[in-house]
Amino acid sequence: MSAEVRSEKTAPAPQDEVAAELAGLDALETTSERSARGRQLWRSTWPKVLAIVISIAAWQIVVETGWRPRSILAPPTEVFPALWEMLTTGSFWSQVGTTMQRALLGFAVAVAIGLVIGFAVARFAVLRAAFGSLITGLQTMPSIAWFPLAIVLFRGGDSAIFFVIVLGAAPSVANGVLAGVDYVPPLLVRAGRNMGASGLSLYRTVIGPASFPAILAGLKQGWAFSWRSLMAGELIVPIGEAGGLGTLLTLTRDLAEYAQMLGVMIVILVIGILADGVFGWANNALRRRWGLDVDHS
Amino acid sequence: MTVATEAAVALRGVSKRYPGGTVALDGVDLAVKPGEFVCLVGASGCGKSTLLNLVAGLDAPTAGSIDVEGGRAAFMFQEPALFPWLKVGQNVEVPLKLRGVGRTERRARAAELLETVRLADVADKRPHELSGGMRQRVALARTLAHDARVLLMDEPFAALDAMTRDALHDELERVWLERNLTVLFVTHNVSEAVRLGDRVILLASRPGRVIEEFEVEAPRPRRLDSPDVAALAGRVTERLKEEVRRHVG
Repeated sequence: MSAEVRSEKTAPAPQDEVAAELAGLDALETTSERSARGRQLWRSTWPKVLAIVISIAAWQIVVETGWRPRSILAPPTEVFPALWEMLTTGSFWSQVGTTMQRALLGFAVAVAIGLVIGFAVARFAVLRAAFGSLITGLQTMPSIAWFPLAIVLFRGGDSAIFFVIVLGAAPSVANGVLAGVDYVPPLLVRAGRNMGASGLSLYRTVIGPASFPAILAGLKQGWAFSWRSLMAGELIVPIGEAGGLGTLLTLTRDLAEYAQMLGVMIVILVIGILADGVFGWANNALRRRWGLDVDHS
Repeated sequence: MTVATEAAVALRGVSKRYPGGTVALDGVDLAVKPGEFVCLVGASGCGKSTLLNLVAGLDAPTAGSIDVEGGRAAFMFQEPALFPWLKVGQNVEVPLKLRGVGRTERRARAAELLETVRLADVADKRPHELSGGMRQRVALARTLAHDARVLLMDEPFAALDAMTRDALHDELERVWLERNLTVLFVTHNVSEAVRLGDRVILLASRPGRVIEEFEVEAPRPRRLDSPDVAALAGRVTERLKEEVRRHVG
């Protein structure tokens, strides 16, 4: 039957012509633009450098006005040498190491829990009805409010901090997953289902990857929360000998080493900025790969 | 000779009523022969897209039955619907991967399919790096990767410029002939339907049902602007306008 249908309509179009035509159209419509990397870097860097210079100058001016004695509010000219001295001694780096280890471990566990809960709640309507608003609610809870409970439960120490980091960051990650799943283009889901994906394979093939941008935003927020929780924890939870940047902050204050105290604050700020930079870079890389935007400037 | 044994796609008394009460399709009977290229045309609200969704199994009919040769049909949408997180070649591999085809074979098949749509050298590019016409050809390659006998196409060229659309008509016709596929093609462009179809089926609107069928006698290859295509397109359009006027008031 089908062979019969076929025979009356052979004689295809002149294929070479069509091929050439298509190749021409393709060439016309695809342009590859490359921008000068170095100049772009400079253009995005100099405003930041300028902002730092202005901030430091403002700080110096405030000190010069004599608003507070220099022994209490140290000027940049004293803080940076003090900071340099700290950076060149080994024990400071082990404090940084302790803090970063807590941060990364807590964040990693929070991400794992957040992803599992997020996808479970997104997948099952019942779970969503039950826990959806609870997750959003948890996110609004200032993490510092968990510390009294954590200290009682774990009698202080690393576990208490760990507990608060996870509670602070996991809801953000879970919320990112929920937002991502909600905004997956329905067309992609239809395409996936038509290709034979369903249930778990639909999540693995379409919904998971498609929600990645929102998940990344959730990760960024989760990191910000866990970093804050960690600093708060190191300041207020008695952790004994283990130390960390927060402990160092308390210590320098107790010893009235205010230049050093400000130095530690600068380190905390720089770590925060670097982490933010990592997420910003990841986000830009993603947008570039997906072709979501070309240029925002 | 019954419809059930003969047709690649058979709809019997298919109706679709949405929960809101809208009747999208009302008692549609349609049989598409194996290897046939059937175009569905109609004004807005004729349920063209609903019909394709039902045939694809993405939605269930309220009444009637639908049979598809091989049990499944590959769907090509108006948008390419490529996955931006995958490279072009990987996109074509998705249907193969979902059927459990091994990695090496997948690669080879995807390369061959991209060759078929004359895009062999873009396998490692990202979808957004391609033009609209190229993306739609990748979507065609991916649709072919389903290895389904039946292709459902929902206005796949509507968003393209005239020249690209023309070239893609030739391409689709060639692929259809080479691979001996059955195509059910929805469009609101009557000329396109006559250019491509063996048969053009006109659907009425609200509710959607079949009101007339036109056999396209013009020999292939056809041109969009050739006299016999234009003449039949004129007749179909006339009938379509008649149907649209019925809805005034």
